[in-house]
Amino acid sequence: MGIGTYIIVSLVKIVVALVVLLTAVAYIVLLERKLVGRIQNRWGPTRVGPFGLLQPLADGAKFLLKEDLTPPYVYKPLYLAAPMIALVFALTSIAVIPIGNWVSVGPVNTPLQITDLNVGLLILLGITSMGVYGVALAGWSSNSKYSLLGSLRASAQMVSYEVSLGLALIGVLILAGSFSLRDIVDSQAGTWWRWLPKWNLFKGQFVAFFIYLTAAYAETNRVPFDLPEAETELVAGYHTEYSAMKFAMFFMAEYANMVTVACLASLLFLGGWHGPVFGPNWLREVLPIFWFVVRVFFFIFLYIWVRGTLPRFRYDQLMAFGWKVLLPLAIANLVITAVVVALRS
Amino acid sequence: MLHLLLFLVFGALCIGGAINLLAQKHPISSALSLIVVMGALAGEYLLLGAEFVAVIQVIIYAGAVMVLFIFVIMLLNAGVEEHTRGSRVAWLLGIPGMIAVGLMVAWVLARNPAGISVPLGALYGSPKVIGRLLFREFLLPFEVTSILILIAIMGAVVLASPEHRRFPQPEPEEERELVAAGDRRGA
Repeated sequence: MGIGTYIIVSLVKIVVALVVLLTAVAYIVLLERKLVGRIQNRWGPTRVGPFGLLQPLADGAKFLLKEDLTPPYVYKPLYLAAPMIALVFALTSIAVIPIGNWVSVGPVNTPLQITDLNVGLLILLGITSMGVYGVALAGWSSNSKYSLLGSLRASAQMVSYEVSLGLALIGVLILAGSFSLRDIVDSQAGTWWRWLPKWNLFKGQFVAFFIYLTAAYAETNRVPFDLPEAETELVAGYHTEYSAMKFAMFFMAEYANMVTVACLASLLFLGGWHGPVFGPNWLREVLPIFWFVVRVFFFIFLYIWVRGTLPRFRYDQLMAFGWKVLLPLAIANLVITAVVVALRS
Repeated sequence: MLHLLLFLVFGALCIGGAINLLAQKHPISSALSLIVVMGALAGEYLLLGAEFVAVIQVIIYAGAVMVLFIFVIMLLNAGVEEHTRGSRVAWLLGIPGMIAVGLMVAWVLARNPAGISVPLGALYGSPKVIGRLLFREFLLPFEVTSILILIAIMGAVVLASPEHRRFPQPEPEEERELVAAGDRRGA
């Protein structure tokens, strides 16, 4: 493939990925409102469009037309830049996430991934680390006590749970032997005894799966770890002073992070896109994508289900849990996995 | 060609960020410029082929150390620096000295017969290779570094602990006895 074709194919993939991700974010907001509504025995939005399906359109119009207020005593450069930083890092992580096998469209043979780096998993951890800046700078530059406290709590929480997140993933790395996400998924192909799929979840990373999910809920500031954004605690935490489009950017960044976490969980623990493949050729190429989307949808559903069900942790309980429970568990998981793999080889 | 362009872009970002770090008045802008410098350095490492080091640079330096710097600047409320009028020492010794050192470095680099450029991808940096090195040749320095960090953590815990745990105060009865003993000795 010449350099020109490569650039055009990459641009097409980037545009498609961004459009799909942003539409998914908009509809996940609607899904959350409907699901939490049903959990609370009420309908969610039902008036805009059939079953409320055009609600994201109404939300988008609202955000665009709302008055964009900049309070007088904020530190303007960072106040304007923080939502952009948060959104940019949230959207960048889609670049290394694969959603299927190689496809050939006409003469072009390309993987369903924007770029297959051989340190892909580390890049995702790096982007997670950089995501702390959007929160920290937003709260500080807003020059308000609720924002500062909320952002400090949120950043401390994110930094603490990043450690357990990374350690939980090392077990998966030891089993797969590579940082590349495509290689990790490919090591989960096939089944035992024709029915039990060879997912990392069943290869002994059961505890690591739950550590990863818990740490990821804390990283994305979602219930039960959403104290930094809880309305009853801190007005609205680090995005108190933001209105209209800037607030929408924080919102989009949070849900895009949720999508990234769901994609990673399905890639690393649930076998990615492997599933029964049958039928004619075009169906064989589309079915892996379908299986991947089913898994991602399951994790998003789990996020929303947990949000509607659990109460939130108090901040000191949250930090104690992260350092005194999750971290030792993650280290124990790492040691046991390493010992088992070393003894087996 | 593309690689030369990328090298120049990352190099310009590095130098621009470093100059901006010195030129900014508010410390938080300086800290953000430092983050840009570290990101550009990670790009340079990538061009050399050391992908693991590049990503670790982003994760640790730009993602953890600089977050710490920014917390400190935020919490200590370090305000805008005041501008002094410059010092005579800087004009007489500093700038000529800097030019002299720069010329010396350029001369030493230029007369190196082996050429001064490193080929693209020269540093063999896959995680597997680095892991082997860390756990075979460099195992002792690796473990000693972790003890060093442990010492730093213990120091931070001690410094942050409340005063009455560091300097234990005597009980009220002991204190009356000590005062009485002091009186008897003095009287």
